[in-house]
Amino acid sequence: MRLTCPYCGPRDHQEFTYRGDASATRPGLDNTSIDDHNAYIYDRANPDGLHRELWNHTSGCRTHVIVERNTVTHEVVSCQPVGPYAEQLK
Amino acid sequence: MRYSAFAILKNALRGNRDWTPAWRKPEPRKRYDVIIVGGGGHGLSTAFYLASVHGITNVAVIEKGYLGSGNVGRNTTIVRSNYRLTPNSGFYEKSMELWRELSHSLNYNVMFSPRGVLNLAHTPGQMDTHAERGNQMRLMGVKSELLDRDQVARLNPGLDVSGSARFPVHGGLLQPDAGNARHDAVAWGYARAADQLGVDILENTEVVDFLRDGERIAGVEVMRGGERMEIRAEKTGVAVAGNTGRVMKMAGIDRLPIETTVLQAFVSESVKPIIPTVTTFGAGHLYVSQSDKGGLVFGGNIDYYNSYAQRGNLPVWEEVTSELIAMFPAFARLRLLRSWGGVMDMSMDGSPIIATGPLPGMYLNAGWCYGGFKATPASGWCFAHTIANDKAHRLNEAFTLERFKDGNPIDELGAGPTPWYH
Amino acid sequence: MSAFRLNLRDGVGTNLTDKTIRFSFDGKSFYGQQGDSLASALLANGVSIVGRSFKYHRPRGVFTAGSEEPNALVTLHNGGRREPNIRATEVELYEGLIARSQNRWPSVNFDLMAVNQLAGKAFSAGFYYKTFMGPARKGHRATQFWWFCEQFIRRAAGLGKGTTIPDPDHYARMNAFCDILIVGTGAAGLSAAQRAAKSGARIIVCEESARAGGALNGSPDFIDGEPARDWCADAVAELAEMENVTLLTRTTVQSYFDDNTFLAVERVTDHLAHKDKSIPRQRAWNIRAKSAVIATGALERPIVFAGNDRPGVMLADAARSYAVEYGTAPGRAVAVFTNNDTGWLAARDMAKAGVIVTAIVDVRTDVEDSIRALGDECRASVHTGWAISSAKGLRGVRAIVIAKYNELTGELGDESKTIACDCVAVSGGWSPAFHLTSQQGGKPVWDAELQAFLPGEPLQSWHGAGAMAGRFGLVQAFQSGEEAALKALADIGQAPSKRSAKVGPGPSIEGDEIDYAPAPVFEINSGGKSFVDLQHDVTAEDVRLAHREGFVSVEHLKRYTTLGMATDQGKTSNITGLAIMAAASNKAIADTGTTRFRPPYTPVAMGVIAGEKYGHLAAERLTAMHDIHLEMGANMYANGPWLRPESYNLPGETVEQAYIRETKTVRAGVGIVDVSTLGKIDVQGPDAAEFLNRVYSNGFAKLPVGKARYGLMLREDGFLFDDGTTWRLEEHRYLMTTTTAGAGRVMEHLEYYRDFVWPDMKVALASVSDEWAGIAVAGPKSRHLLKACVKDCDVSDKGLPFMGVVDGVVDGIAVKIARLSFSGELAYEVYCGAHYGAALWQALMKAGRKYDVVPYGLEALSTLRIEKGHVAGPELNGRTTPHDLGLSGMVSSKKEFVGSVLLRRETFSKGDRLQLVAVKSLDGQRIRGGSHLVAGSKEEPGRSQGHTTSTCFSPSPELGCYISLALLEGGFKRHGEKLYAANPVRDAHVAVEVLSHYMVDPDGGRMRG
Repeated sequence: MRLTCPYCGPRDHQEFTYRGDASATRPGLDNTSIDDHNAYIYDRANPDGLHRELWNHTSGCRTHVIVERNTVTHEVVSCQPVGPYAEQLK
Repeated sequence: MRYSAFAILKNALRGNRDWTPAWRKPEPRKRYDVIIVGGGGHGLSTAFYLASVHGITNVAVIEKGYLGSGNVGRNTTIVRSNYRLTPNSGFYEKSMELWRELSHSLNYNVMFSPRGVLNLAHTPGQMDTHAERGNQMRLMGVKSELLDRDQVARLNPGLDVSGSARFPVHGGLLQPDAGNARHDAVAWGYARAADQLGVDILENTEVVDFLRDGERIAGVEVMRGGERMEIRAEKTGVAVAGNTGRVMKMAGIDRLPIETTVLQAFVSESVKPIIPTVTTFGAGHLYVSQSDKGGLVFGGNIDYYNSYAQRGNLPVWEEVTSELIAMFPAFARLRLLRSWGGVMDMSMDGSPIIATGPLPGMYLNAGWCYGGFKATPASGWCFAHTIANDKAHRLNEAFTLERFKDGNPIDELGAGPTPWYH
Repeated sequence: MSAFRLNLRDGVGTNLTDKTIRFSFDGKSFYGQQGDSLASALLANGVSIVGRSFKYHRPRGVFTAGSEEPNALVTLHNGGRREPNIRATEVELYEGLIARSQNRWPSVNFDLMAVNQLAGKAFSAGFYYKTFMGPARKGHRATQFWWFCEQFIRRAAGLGKGTTIPDPDHYARMNAFCDILIVGTGAAGLSAAQRAAKSGARIIVCEESARAGGALNGSPDFIDGEPARDWCADAVAELAEMENVTLLTRTTVQSYFDDNTFLAVERVTDHLAHKDKSIPRQRAWNIRAKSAVIATGALERPIVFAGNDRPGVMLADAARSYAVEYGTAPGRAVAVFTNNDTGWLAARDMAKAGVIVTAIVDVRTDVEDSIRALGDECRASVHTGWAISSAKGLRGVRAIVIAKYNELTGELGDESKTIACDCVAVSGGWSPAFHLTSQQGGKPVWDAELQAFLPGEPLQSWHGAGAMAGRFGLVQAFQSGEEAALKALADIGQAPSKRSAKVGPGPSIEGDEIDYAPAPVFEINSGGKSFVDLQHDVTAEDVRLAHREGFVSVEHLKRYTTLGMATDQGKTSNITGLAIMAAASNKAIADTGTTRFRPPYTPVAMGVIAGEKYGHLAAERLTAMHDIHLEMGANMYANGPWLRPESYNLPGETVEQAYIRETKTVRAGVGIVDVSTLGKIDVQGPDAAEFLNRVYSNGFAKLPVGKARYGLMLREDGFLFDDGTTWRLEEHRYLMTTTTAGAGRVMEHLEYYRDFVWPDMKVALASVSDEWAGIAVAGPKSRHLLKACVKDCDVSDKGLPFMGVVDGVVDGIAVKIARLSFSGELAYEVYCGAHYGAALWQALMKAGRKYDVVPYGLEALSTLRIEKGHVAGPELNGRTTPHDLGLSGMVSSKKEFVGSVLLRRETFSKGDRLQLVAVKSLDGQRIRGGSHLVAGSKEEPGRSQGHTTSTCFSPSPELGCYISLALLEGGFKRHGEKLYAANPVRDAHVAVEVLSHYMVDPDGGRMRG
């Protein structure tokens, strides 16, 4: 599988570290609901089809990339940068 | 037909013409007491124990493909109970107890071969953690031995135990009565035995929806031979491993503490016996044994990303072969014959779920990560108990769906709620 | 040479040169010629039995001429190079080659294991599952009978013998990129390569065998007026010279992964007599191609009949290849048995090469006149509408019996004839070799016209060409190759202009025009033992037995009978097997389906997959002081990827004696230890303070510049994740340290929050673990030592108070000094640029000489912190919370942080959780690592109530005994209780007393002093 790093271009997925479901977003610091945090940590849609997921280009520039990928065919639909420099990279 | 050496001889003399199907291919009834979704190892063993232990024989096992088409037929066949944490060691030792009798219980030789499972240690610190686990096993009544380097070398002559190895072997933890079994035979043996007790095994029948009676799950809707039909049941158990997410969505359960990933397994060409035990590498992740046919059967880490494809990618090939050769340098010239992938239901703590719910009338068996094969007998035994009594057995009472949110994970590796690290 | 070597001339023995080569087989010397395969050389020498089958140990000969060979498996070489199960058909002969037959005892010609055949019917499919359950006895013994039998079964199974001597060769990997990968160099592959190369695209072309050209090499046809092989040689030479073309021969494309990633394996030295050690034996090519043309041809399949496994029965095209390319007669008298036209061509070509073809038997009655005429060319007796009912002979074919064949019913008539022959060349049609695309998940589709599965729709950018795509014959091959190349070029955005995009007429071809579609005949069922899978001894009867027992799905068929699971993965048997199953189930083949091919295409040496990782699994990480540690006599200890000193043993000292001495010296004087392996992260930016405040459980916002603080990091689920000190160097700059093992994962953890959770925070992170070397100086005399060597700063208690950080200079080296204590003594950590690590170490040792400084290793480091009750890796095991370790004071209640919410879950405040305590040995016995805490005696220990985590001998006067940190159920309230540290696997059971884990200097007076 190959992912496109916004800095480095197309690279083998083995250069990246998988960070999992990108649709799971952390509740804000002011949200102290145990249920909300539990949902963020443990509940996964685990779709058979398009999956929005986070990868870190750890063996390269260490940019995080949000990848949309089909979990059945492994087809990579899009790779978007995320993080403080995301806007500059788009 | 009862299987025995006598039956083989008798049939051979008659040209093998009188053998009958190992299990029937029945048409579905309208209603069952219990439906088990998933005709893999766990589903079939559940049906067998429902019938044989609890006397519930009006049972259907519903399988979308051919029987045993999931992970029961695509694993590395290791059977062991060398766990650290009490809920796991108790549960898996129950499984060992059932394994030892299984060929007899089923009248089907599942080729259970207790040749020993050896976990290598590469530092004194790792010897200590192995000792900690080995002691837990002993205290739970499980056999274990801590071996030093020389003992390991005597057991496995091909191992590199030299000081010049990148990760020199210091010793290992041996579970002497753990080993292997023939994976397909387990599925077929359970199927045949369950069938003989009256269980209907419905192959090529895909669950497409759940039936509801108010809040209660009241059976399933299936596609079979191009036709849609309803099958009703008092109780519906789900044991579909990597497809848990898919199936539970039909019941309206959109999110679970499970992610699906691919685990690859590998087999080499057949050679004469060259490694006697199941052996695992301690400075990485690799497990290898030799099948009765002679092939080295081995595997390592999952392909880390979520996946429902029954195939993996190249990095894992490179990793597992390099680890295998680090252990056995002579195996560089042995040749890889075949690799394949299975989809794993990775839970948030690496331990399974066998529980009532999450909806009334429903029972869930999932989260096996890549340890499901060895659990097959105990999983079915406990799941059957849970379905029959609407209450978990002592052995699976910790394997709840709620334990994650309650803060009581059963986390052997201490890796936290990151399913792909378990 | 022998009666089997043909008279070599133009068009006969095209692969051979005049050079004679000596080799040995089963200890006997033979001669062959340069260009021979081991199989052709053995055939030429009249060696017909080359192996024994897996189950029945029946004698077997050469069946094919390629990598699909099921039968002719041999063991090559001796010692560490010994290799079992090598296909003789693929071995290029070289001077001195040593080969042996295998799976036989005592010899391949006389194998006692062949008694298995006598029980043939009992050894049918599923045999093992139905017996060996043994006499039923209670408990463990119930299946003992199987365990007893299994050892004999294992010895009888298993083909060749491997070696346990390490492989002396090495392997390499090439990461390659191209626009188009072309797999196969037959007519279709060559045509695609020519077209793609002309466009300027970067292409890689892979050919499995030594010579490019595929079937063109043995073709009797003419291309553009030249013999096909000459045309091919020119075309290949032209391609090889082009700059944008990489042509790899002896290179098998084995596996097709996602995003057009391929694994190809090049056999670099396997065919050479002299193995130059500087050259890798094989090379793995990890090829990332934008598109691919798959032109892997087709594999001939047999027709199954009784006795079809006898040596002498082989595929027709293989027989032809031996005659034409290897100048070897496959037999003295060859009978051809076919259901399609290509069998007749093989007969004609063999006859032309000088082979005696005695008979052609075709199941079809309706055979074109032009084809029938080929029979006359061979001067063979022709029997159309007949079939072989059995092949006779003990150690090889001596004759065939043929009978009238009813094409509608598949039944044989009563009339029969016997034809003497010692070779049966059989053709049952052609199966496209779409293994690669099937690996990718492409679903094959049955073509009833061609009687073959075709590859189906692509899931990635690949295009099939030639026989692989069902486009048989040279004209079709050239055309489809060019079409595929154009489609591939279009896929990668290099579509040529409309005019040049047209597929040309291709070269002019003069040759036979035939129909490649066979009659749908897969088996002649005459009741005798007829083999479907030759290597695994799966018979047609086994397939029907599987059907009778309900194993009708193709996957069940495969698994129950082991059809297609041998080293050839059923290349010549799968289709026949499932056709027989389809017939038994009264189903069409299209409805029966086929199994998915799994990678690799042919077996691959594990060494080459590991590639450069073979022999050096993971890089060793060494600190800047590594060499000095060795010089000082340190035992090095693998700590993850790092090598670290365990202890510095004086002559005659044990590790335990050494660490006790080192510990005592630190407690009384001063010692230094290399702490360079700690993870270090530079955290900068205006929001750095707030960021740290969010990721640590304790407060960091108010840490002043020039101060360090110990911090705890939690996972979101409230469990401990890592710990370490963080130093505020400037207003917006911090140096964070992590545990050695946690360095990588803490960095990823922080990056996740910075990039994904709080991207608006102005904070930058950089791993600087490798930039800094660090040395801890510990002991009551540590301040004296520093005073003796540090310049440009004040290291007095006032100038450098506890947890203070200052800049200074040691022996000209700029250093940062933080007053931190892991040991519990007055102590400092001195950091410098990694390159100066060794110099700094030496400067500190020199300055410490008058205080009798000692270097100390991990064991002493650990002993010091255990005595002090400081936690480390064994306590941070991923299952403990700050509360469990007595660190509740480190959990801020004034802020929210990562893990704060879920740490409030009810379960974490339960009193019976495993809590941190210490235990000490009461009877002087050593507490061994991995002990569990129990209440009972050695004989009846009772259940585990907890376990030891970090153990040592404490030489401190307060203790003077073996101690351990431990996690104990409800431990905080059990100080003073007497328990046992049970360690049955180490045969120890030690009486212990539970203590507070703060054992030495609990008030911290020493480190603050």
